[in-house]
Amino acid sequence: MTALWGGITVMVVGCFALKYAGLSVPQSVLDHPLTVRAVELIPAGLLGALISVQVFADGSSIQVDARLLALGVAAVLLSLRVPFLPMVFAAALVAALARQF
Amino acid sequence: MSTSDRSVIIDSLGVGLATGTYGVSFGAISTASGLSIVQTCLISLLVFTGASQFAFVGIVAAGGNPFAGATTAVLLGSRNLFYGVSMAPKLDLDPAARLATAHFVIDESTAMGVTRETRRQARLGFYWTGISIFVLWNLTTLIGALAGNAIGDPRTYGLDAAVGAAFLGLLWPRLASWRGRLVAFVGAAVALGLVPISSAGLPIIVGGGTAVLLGMAWRRTDSS
Repeated sequence: MTALWGGITVMVVGCFALKYAGLSVPQSVLDHPLTVRAVELIPAGLLGALISVQVFADGSSIQVDARLLALGVAAVLLSLRVPFLPMVFAAALVAALARQF
Repeated sequence: MSTSDRSVIIDSLGVGLATGTYGVSFGAISTASGLSIVQTCLISLLVFTGASQFAFVGIVAAGGNPFAGATTAVLLGSRNLFYGVSMAPKLDLDPAARLATAHFVIDESTAMGVTRETRRQARLGFYWTGISIFVLWNLTTLIGALAGNAIGDPRTYGLDAAVGAAFLGLLWPRLASWRGRLVAFVGAAVALGLVPISSAGLPIIVGGGTAVLLGMAWRRTDSS
């Protein structure tokens, strides 16, 4: 499990370095419009990718199962402005129930 | 203390309470994904930026390389760099204070600090929000970690499906614009296409990266 600790260390150092650098660098360094655009778009691109892999991937094969149903429930609840935690809980519950049948 | 100072603090504590409790879902998902309680709590303590933490455990749970997980987490954390840049003039810190403050630069603390008119209120909003979330996030991570550890196979309780829902909750505000929807969709589609032909973790980085490049190209033609 050393790789896991290695990954955790990289993540800890990387995430802190970004936060610290933000407070330290002069604003002009990051003022380039391309940099600003890229950073605006990175969360949407990565989260989209994370969702599809999380919901459809089973190892290296693609599966449609209770996870997709749960994602649909989450989307409906989010559009009804249900807060984060009850939304996540309900999605898990739906997947758990669907697997009972 | 003035009334408006007090209202900044109360608002900040409200955001802190609402956000800090997500730690339960992180803790439960993390230990159910195979990380130990110590690893889970250390991540919340030392990384302290939610989307990155969820991404890391999601990739590790899927059998991905932890370094691919860390890369994705750090890329997601890049927005904190820009939060820092916008908060720096409001906070006006010396190097030692920057080191102590940097950890609290996250979505919510920046949102509650950056909009204030005065430096005093910017600091109040930023620190009360950041520190209250930090305390609660770590407490609720431990509670969730203990629960996730106790329940055995996460699939029985739908915890694997909860990860997708959590990502969707984090993505949701960014789907308000057409560009956000396009980029998220392209990221999802490219990543899914790569699942059968590459190891876990890689589809996310390549999918997300491709989507960002396309989104930037689309924006350029859009404005010209």
